[in-house]
Amino acid sequence: MKNSFFSKQHRKLISDPMGDQNPITIQVLGICSALAITTQLENALVMTMAVIFVMISASMIISILRNKIPNRIRIIVQLIVVAALVALVDQILKAFLPDASEKLSVFIGLIITNCIIMGRLEAFAMGNKVWDSFLDALGNALGYGWILVAVAFVRELFGSGKLMGYEIPGFDYLYDLGYMNNNLMILPPMALIVVGLIIWVQRSRNKELIEEN
Amino acid sequence: MNKESNIYTFTFAIIMVLVVGVLLAVTSEVLQPRKKQNKADKKMIDILSAIGIDATRANAKEKYDQYIYDAIIINNTGDVIEGSAFNIDVLFQYRDKTLNPEDKKYPMFKARKDNNDYSIIPMVGSGLWGPIWGFVSLESDYKTIYGAAFNHKAETPGLGAEINTDIFEDPFKGKQIINNDGEFVSIEVKKGGAEEGNLYQVDGITGGTITSDGVTDMLYNTLKIYNTYFSSIIISDDNIDTLSINNNIELK
Repeated sequence: MKNSFFSKQHRKLISDPMGDQNPITIQVLGICSALAITTQLENALVMTMAVIFVMISASMIISILRNKIPNRIRIIVQLIVVAALVALVDQILKAFLPDASEKLSVFIGLIITNCIIMGRLEAFAMGNKVWDSFLDALGNALGYGWILVAVAFVRELFGSGKLMGYEIPGFDYLYDLGYMNNNLMILPPMALIVVGLIIWVQRSRNKELIEEN
Repeated sequence: MNKESNIYTFTFAIIMVLVVGVLLAVTSEVLQPRKKQNKADKKMIDILSAIGIDATRANAKEKYDQYIYDAIIINNTGDVIEGSAFNIDVLFQYRDKTLNPEDKKYPMFKARKDNNDYSIIPMVGSGLWGPIWGFVSLESDYKTIYGAAFNHKAETPGLGAEINTDIFEDPFKGKQIINNDGEFVSIEVKKGGAEEGNLYQVDGITGGTITSDGVTDMLYNTLKIYNTYFSSIIISDDNIDTLSINNNIELK
């Protein structure tokens, strides 16, 4: 049976990782970068873009080569494809977005070790067609990205009183009333707590996600 | 062809590595000029920040040319040596443990702002987690600090990382590195806070003691070298003054 490009099955490839199969909140993968770079919304967006690019390209390349890759070195092949793409992104950021590149510093390089990417390559792209792999990669990258952006939004707003580096208009009055930015928001533990809150909301809305002990 | 044979596996690996290697090498080469330019712009912004000039990447070159009128290099005994001061990477020198102290080059940038002359000194040191660096500008008396801008690679956010904030940097203004007896004392970043009215101390960062001490050491080690140069030019300036006085006398 031939599936159309946007069949229900295909749409699920994108929607599942955004929700009930989310790589960060359900599978708890890729947590390291979610903690490290979410103090500012801008960093989260650049990181998301980088991951989307790396993940889609890697998935498609691996999917195209899936019948050619020798089984014994398949993990190495996946790693090299991801590493090459990440090095490419790093170079491009250094050349065209130097400030963002400086702030993200080592975390761009660490995309290589982002478990989501290798996980999807091994679990999906190695055994599926290019279009399916593309959708799966896009879905997972977006699922990762929206959590990053949501966490960064909360942390920058309450931690620095800014968004995308710009002051929020109404905050002047709040400061006058005695409101203060919460420095804890900037520190790593708060990223974990915000992710935890998202997980809480998600599981209370969908009881099936709660593991039985 | 047998996909699991050794020959196939090796061939596949070799071709893949070649393709990836060429791709990355070409990208790196093509983007090299832009990356260099970005680095140079960033350095100009940092240098200018030491005299309180805010530049952006867009106008860094223009502002740099406007304010910085000269750059010199000195060696570890305070003698001026030849070379391009801007291109010296002090961080690289700091990390290079094989470099002899006498081969180290110390760049200095001379700035003129509102008809006053300033000397901008780059410096590198060690914080808690990684390197820290900064630019300190001195007034034309070569002892009063006009401005300071620090930065770090990986200090703890909220603690040591505060060295790049105004709260830490502003108190340096007006401090002196030479005491009333003419001795070099540098500036101490003092744990628990600087003594009231002490010209040679600034407040340390609570919870960032190791980073604070790193700044103290960095200031001392770097300014000590530059001070030997300053002492030599102050003496020769005095000589020139005496000479010109003598000349005047002779002319009369």
